[in-house]
Amino acid sequence: MSEIKTTTVEVRLPSRMGFEKVAMSTASAVAKLMGFPDDRVEDLKTAVAEACINAIEHGNRLNDKLSVGVVLSAGEDSLEVKVIDDGKGMTKQPAKPDIDRKMHGEEDPRGMGMFLIQALVDEAEWVVGTEGNSSYVRLVIRLDQHAE
Amino acid sequence: MQNETKARVDQLTSPAGAPVSVLRFEGDIASTSKDAVLGTYQSLPKNDAKKILLDFTKVDYINSSGIALVIQLLIEAANAGQKVCAFGLSAHFTKVFTMVGITKYADLYPGQAEALAAL
Repeated sequence: MSEIKTTTVEVRLPSRMGFEKVAMSTASAVAKLMGFPDDRVEDLKTAVAEACINAIEHGNRLNDKLSVGVVLSAGEDSLEVKVIDDGKGMTKQPAKPDIDRKMHGEEDPRGMGMFLIQALVDEAEWVVGTEGNSSYVRLVIRLDQHAE
Repeated sequence: MQNETKARVDQLTSPAGAPVSVLRFEGDIASTSKDAVLGTYQSLPKNDAKKILLDFTKVDYINSSGIALVIQLLIEAANAGQKVCAFGLSAHFTKVFTMVGITKYADLYPGQAEALAAL
């Protein structure tokens, strides 16, 4: 049985808006090295950006003393990204955004990040930290998932 | 870290002869873009600007907070009886705008000529 080799890249971001773009660039570089097509790289960039924004804004509450960890694990045919913060994690999923309700003022125009993450990657799960911190979101995209 | 959002307004005429206000954005569209997106839109004269085009040709990065600003613009435009279309989005952001339902309230076109022709 052949052993699957995994390569790991880690980045630490300050809890400051805008630094999600560092994680986007890193994820993009790793995905391109793995041979993902351009459209899947774009999907991953947006999903990683939204996960980092959530971690910076809601997990670490923009506390500059806390950092967001981004761990990319490149396997043979998939790329896993964990975005880790010091928050308590998501205990329930927000409702799917409804554009009609937003347009009629019945729903906040914001709140689309988790929906985009779920829609753009092959797997997404939110894991609550065991001691009330170090919660993370885990994203996976697979190389052959959308091959024609 | 975010590229500042720049915005300017051009006044054009559609092939059908209607006046069209084109809001041209440049840079990132994120939570810091409120003045550039909503402020620029709100500076348009409500009675004269009945047809509005959003130009995303020079926008590289839009996140969910930026999309929320576009939705807020669409809400205000709907309340003012204005028609809004957009052009110049990448294939990826065209997909994202479609996913969140924006295409129900603003038609998307590849370029300015197609968008103007549709107004």
